[in-house]
Amino acid sequence: MSSSHDTHAAHDAATSHGAHAEKKSMRLMLHVWRQRDPSAEGKFVTYKLDDVSPDMSFLEMLDVLNERLIAGGDEAIAFDHDCREGICGACSLTINGQPHGFESETTTCQIHMRRFEDGQTIYIEPFRANAFPVVKDLVVDRGAFDRIIAAGGFITARAGSAPDANALPVPQVAADAAMDAAACIGCGACVAACKNASAMLFVSAKVSHLALLPQGQAERNSRVLAMVEQMDKEGFGNCTNESECEAACPKGISVSNIARLNREYLRALASSD
Amino acid sequence: MSTPTAVASSSKLDSKCPSGPLAERWQKHKFDLKLVNPANRRKFHVLVVGTGLAGASAASSLAELGYSVSAFCIQDSPRRAHSIAAQGGINAAKNCQNDGDSVHRLFYDTIKGGDFRARESNVHRLAEVSVNIIDQCVALGVPFAREYGGLLANRSFGGAQVSRTFYARGQTGQQLLLGAYSGLMRQVGEGKVNLYARHEMLDLVVIDGIARGIVCRNLITGEIKSYAGDAVLLCTGGYGNVFYLSTNAKACNVTAAWRAHKRGAVFANPCYTQIHPTCIPVSGSHQSKLTLMSESLRNDGRVWVPKVGDETRTPDQVPDEARDYYLERKYPSFGNLSPRDISSRAAKQVCDEGRGVGGSKMSVYLDFRDAIVRDGVDAIRARYGNLFQMYERITGEDPYRVPMRIYPAVHYTMGGVWVDYNLESTVPGLFVLGEANFSDHGANRLGASALMQGLADGYFVIPYTIASHLAGRKFGKVTAEHPEFRRVEQEVRERIERLRNAGGKRSPDSFHRELGLLMWDKCGMARNAGGLRQAIDCVRELREQYWQDVKIPGDAANLNNALEHAGRVADFFELAELMCMDALDRNESCGGHFREEFQTPDGEAKRDDANYCYAGAWEVDASSSSLAWKLLKEPLVFENVKLAERSYK
Ligand SMILES: Cc1cc2nc3c(=O)[nH]c(=O)nc-3n(C[C@H](O)[C@H](O)[C@H](O)COP(=O)(O)OP(=O)(O)OC[C@H]3O[C@@H](n4cnc5c(N)ncnc54)[C@H](O)[C@@H]3O)c2cc1C
Ligand code: SF4
Ligand code: FES
Repeated sequence: MSSSHDTHAAHDAATSHGAHAEKKSMRLMLHVWRQRDPSAEGKFVTYKLDDVSPDMSFLEMLDVLNERLIAGGDEAIAFDHDCREGICGACSLTINGQPHGFESETTTCQIHMRRFEDGQTIYIEPFRANAFPVVKDLVVDRGAFDRIIAAGGFITARAGSAPDANALPVPQVAADAAMDAAACIGCGACVAACKNASAMLFVSAKVSHLALLPQGQAERNSRVLAMVEQMDKEGFGNCTNESECEAACPKGISVSNIARLNREYLRALASSD
Repeated sequence: MSTPTAVASSSKLDSKCPSGPLAERWQKHKFDLKLVNPANRRKFHVLVVGTGLAGASAASSLAELGYSVSAFCIQDSPRRAHSIAAQGGINAAKNCQNDGDSVHRLFYDTIKGGDFRARESNVHRLAEVSVNIIDQCVALGVPFAREYGGLLANRSFGGAQVSRTFYARGQTGQQLLLGAYSGLMRQVGEGKVNLYARHEMLDLVVIDGIARGIVCRNLITGEIKSYAGDAVLLCTGGYGNVFYLSTNAKACNVTAAWRAHKRGAVFANPCYTQIHPTCIPVSGSHQSKLTLMSESLRNDGRVWVPKVGDETRTPDQVPDEARDYYLERKYPSFGNLSPRDISSRAAKQVCDEGRGVGGSKMSVYLDFRDAIVRDGVDAIRARYGNLFQMYERITGEDPYRVPMRIYPAVHYTMGGVWVDYNLESTVPGLFVLGEANFSDHGANRLGASALMQGLADGYFVIPYTIASHLAGRKFGKVTAEHPEFRRVEQEVRERIERLRNAGGKRSPDSFHRELGLLMWDKCGMARNAGGLRQAIDCVRELREQYWQDVKIPGDAANLNNALEHAGRVADFFELAELMCMDALDRNESCGGHFREEFQTPDGEAKRDDANYCYAGAWEVDASSSSLAWKLLKEPLVFENVKLAERSYK
């Protein structure tokens, strides 16, 4: 990214809390998925915006649209969001066909409008997958992920019985590799991006995180078996190594975790009987 | 510094602090507490509202002990609670660095950091259990940063001269929450916790003076439903979003705490607000929230503004002699790591002098030039890569080349529901944990101490102290069929209908923004009596208007974000008034509360220990026909530290 005068000057238009000199605004044509509830039929509705600031985030652009809808007596577009800084995993929009849009390693809430062109048409849909039913408009139900974690994505450790944290040194490489996998935010973009709607990247990230740590060894086998079983129950598809998940993942979770998951699974099967 | 005179204490505010030597109090208290027989625990139903660090750790620990637990949260999953966004780290007095840390030092730093406005006993307990928190989190699989030999690594944080902050890259809150969440989900999987995601508590039900349950709205179906229990734990986070713009996640709100307050729980120190010095400046009127740049950046970044207001050169062209490294100049021993309130005010001061940078002149530089020269760009990237990337995404500027621009933003609220040493509010059976209570940080919280407090409350305090209620009081069973539940449900429905039928013209968001601006202006980084009086009038007027003119399309029996928001904004309006009243009452400056009338000649906060060494706890005046409060005071007694001017020079 350049630090040219241009970007600098553009940003300097900002002020604290309130009034500011608006700079060149953008016009956009939005096609937004609207669906009243899970059983209703959904469809794209078209909205035109002609006052979008390039400094807005994508969700701020939707805020502006929602304010306009409310002012006109229409119901606002429902979408999930919370932290708006790429860490909670709530935001979940498919933008022009791509979960979290086209920017690599970026969540929906981290996209800024300066990355779009003036006059552009944008399609906005929920994350699509059978295991993630639409709740309303752009909101989906990702409860399946919670149930997979509940099935085995943990280390059993009662408060009060933990040994001194330094009693079990964790080599820096292991800690780093575990952290790489633990960075998953549970957003579900991997599922939405996969043509089979497979949850392997999500599951493999958790399995890897815990299998890489010495603390995770005791439940290593039971964990992977239970998580995979739950994953299958939830109706996610099979992995056919397309790697679409990795490309869509905002946290750079690597498909090498899926290879580890497969190894862990076979290892656990072999030792379980 | 004057000596405290006795402040008359309210009989309502019995802190239940144990006596005796400070370091033995918690042990003694634990021993004195009643126990609940293991066989009886499952007969007790505990309602845990909120599943951030405080709620998830409490719910999982109580379930592990055998209690029957129900947990509620607004988000679709407990893993998305606001705690997930904490970046920098978590403190613990483990003295891993052999640099002179100890439980007593963490205790002292926290008391001093809080500007001598917190309870000694609570703070000492927090420092004691901090050690166990790290052990517990590691056992759960939290991948804290490690040194080459595999031992835990530390970093320094503001307000401390030892290195006691544990971290997981820039995602400490995420990793801690995922640890607590996994423990919670294990209990959910085993059927020991009933989880109600996308459920918002809208009221507290008090029967015979004891908290007996809550009324929730199912955010998907709109159903209003009661849940009865034997104890209610509010772990619902802070209320920084009263300012509209803050670093808090969008769903952060005061509703649960406020509804409890309206049902009798006393609310303490609402005016203590933490303004974080290192946030990305506002970019325009569309701004929906502010993004924090972790304080850890101040380990290597140097804060400066030009010496003169009309500096026209680009930052890289400004030579050292034309730069004012004002934190290093004013606070040589803490420098860029000075505590948050002090750093924030210093930034405001230089901007008020016209020396701020950026187009609006409402920001200061945080410059990594020297650190990059000293340690190399790779070392800096390894330390802060993700933060730099985040900054660049938002601003379009590359901080490896152009100094970051930062400005203070609302970040954390030290005030909250008043609780005693057992974390119990003035409503028996209602406990409050984490950021939602007022307890441990006094008038200012040190960096990396909120995560510590949330987990301390949930893992190591409530599992013991809840027995003071469950085993210590006699009360029968009630069910959600009890008429009081029906009555409160009806009130909740009527309130929703009133909002929906206001038939006005403005969105809840537009009112919220207006309220936020007003609060930032009059009750923000600096306050004065005139401004606060004005703000109280404006808030009342705006609140009145709100109930007449708010507009909420859509129905109540479906997911309706505007309706959810509307209820929260209504509560922020009432809280805002109380914050201003509290700020007006406190004729002194301390920590996050800076009254312009009370400062030293060189602009530092001037405390008044003779008259204000108390926690200001507000009770709703039930005898008044309109919303009004009575101030109760809990005197703060310092037996182990000497009240001193809080100097970081
Ligand atoms: C950007 C940022 C960075 C931070 N970094 C650090 C750091 O590095 N170190 C540190 O120590 N602290 C940090 N903090 C502060 C710290 O993150 C918070 O104080 C802490 O996480 C609060 O935890 P909690 O469990 O009390 O509440 P939260 O995590 O806010 O959880 C609140 C819970 O309550 C639920 N809830 C709220 N209202 C209701 C309702 N009415 N009904 C049902 N459920 C409800 C929510 O759904 C959520 O589950 C940071 C804060 C911010 C904003
Ligand atoms: S693996 Fe990546 S895409 Fe999948 S849930 Fe985790 S963060 Fe999201
Ligand atoms: S809103 Fe939290 S990750 Fe996007």
